[in-house]
Amino acid sequence: MFVFTSEDENKIEKIVKKYPIKQSALLPLLTLVQRREGYISPEAMQAIGKKLDLSPGYVQSVMSFYTMYHTEPTGKYIILFCHNISCQLNGADNLFAYTGQKLGVSGGGTTEDKKFTLHKEECLAACCGAPMMRINDTFHENLTKEKIDQILDSLP
Amino acid sequence: MTQILFKNIDTKGLSSIGVYEKQGGYRSIKKAFDKKPEEIIEIVKASGLRGRGGAGFPAGLKWSFLAKDVFPRYLACNADESEPGTCKDRELLEKTPHLLIEGIIVTCYACRINTGYIYYRGEFQHASDLMDKAIEEAHAQGYLGKNIMGSGLDLELHTHLGAGAYICGEESALLNSLEGRRGEPRLKPPFPAVEGLYGKPTVINNVETLCVVPWIINEGAEKHAALGTEKSKGTKLVSVSGHVKKPGNYEIVMGTPTSELIFNLAGGIRNDNKLKAFIPGGSSANILPADKVDVRYDYESIAEAGSMLGSGALIVMDHTVNIVEAALRMSYFYMHESCGKCTPCREGTRWMYQLLNDIQNGKGSSKQVEKLKDICDNMSFKCFCALGDAAVAPVASSIMHFRSDYDELIKNLEGDAVSA
Repeated sequence: MFVFTSEDENKIEKIVKKYPIKQSALLPLLTLVQRREGYISPEAMQAIGKKLDLSPGYVQSVMSFYTMYHTEPTGKYIILFCHNISCQLNGADNLFAYTGQKLGVSGGGTTEDKKFTLHKEECLAACCGAPMMRINDTFHENLTKEKIDQILDSLP
Repeated sequence: MTQILFKNIDTKGLSSIGVYEKQGGYRSIKKAFDKKPEEIIEIVKASGLRGRGGAGFPAGLKWSFLAKDVFPRYLACNADESEPGTCKDRELLEKTPHLLIEGIIVTCYACRINTGYIYYRGEFQHASDLMDKAIEEAHAQGYLGKNIMGSGLDLELHTHLGAGAYICGEESALLNSLEGRRGEPRLKPPFPAVEGLYGKPTVINNVETLCVVPWIINEGAEKHAALGTEKSKGTKLVSVSGHVKKPGNYEIVMGTPTSELIFNLAGGIRNDNKLKAFIPGGSSANILPADKVDVRYDYESIAEAGSMLGSGALIVMDHTVNIVEAALRMSYFYMHESCGKCTPCREGTRWMYQLLNDIQNGKGSSKQVEKLKDICDNMSFKCFCALGDAAVAPVASSIMHFRSDYDELIKNLEGDAVSA
């Protein structure tokens, strides 16, 4: 069972007010839920749909279009590892493999302790700091194996 | 060298309104309000400012296409920076959010718009949070809200986050996404200036474009038009990435030689290696061989050299790169990002990736290279939106200029076949 908290309700009210039609609030609401829960469950889809007068099926069809929404639980830290051209040219493939090995999720996925979810990602607009990764909202640039060790080991 | 956008970019605390105002920020609004909205459009037209997002369409002209006497109108600022190689808008958004707000106020005054949205790619949560704070500050100073500085302009500005879809940088897909739909492109016409967001006339401009507007109002159209070349006016932010010693965003006057960007500003090729290839305007632009490196960095010169200025992302590759491998990676990107709405793009991007993957892994033949060329022909100008053409660029240009890289991988295979 999914319920919005009263804090959510306040935020939702503000979000919906930004737009002349309720439906525009769909992506922001999905983001709101995912930021707290780490993913969007079928129950959450229904609740969001109800808020915005949209069917759960419609919510799902929109949600499935965007790669940042997860339908399965994710780790505490979501690592998006860029492998696009500028990062590739600067050794991202080796570093991605290294990170996967280090975390025990070669090729990407969620660690057993649910601490990390590793994803290979498309260009994140930090090409001048390649190779780079984004952990939750933070960009980490000019990566090396040592720097990756340091960053990952320091996360609580 | 004249700097319009980066002159004060590294000033400490520039993202706060106090520091921004001390640097002369928000001056252009008052100047703009002393003129009629139509005059502002004429000034921007005369300045020669062209869209910095990729297409290079004249900004003032775009504004003048707004359907007459239809209200409300909307502004959508495109901050969906996702073109591989491009990271200049992020620097503006994170370091000087008030510059964008100032540009948006002037634009909305010129176009009689009362509501604006800044559409961020989903991964720009941090920049969007910063902007929310900046918007609050601007409200408190009376730069946003009702009857701004007695001008009669009411303006509300909102941030909106996408959620991971390159296609949402295409203007009509961006509008769909803002309306809470799948981010698929719309059929044009009607163009957004006539029927855009919520079916109303809408101005869509890139972050960098809007950020140039205050300078034009302050300094005058002529001063802007005096910079650059005949058809490319002003300055351009260029993200230089790849195999250079000092990758970074650099602001140059339009028409500066590309070699100056690579060998001077960005410090030259890493380990003093040899330049093999470069892409002037993001992965959607054709790859060019090293002998074109003196091409002037402006819309028309790069087009003449067989590529495009695009979003201003200069990706540099040294002699160690196999161009097939680079094309394969870019091709994967377009396959991943194709929205699936139209067949040539949905099928073509997948097919190209598979063929390139075979070639890269030593399972290719010259027949497959011919097939790739055939697919390129069948996608060019035949897809629903520009993503299809973008997907063709790295493949077609890599075959055109670096056929030997393909042949090498194929020859290896044929050698293997013989020995087997």
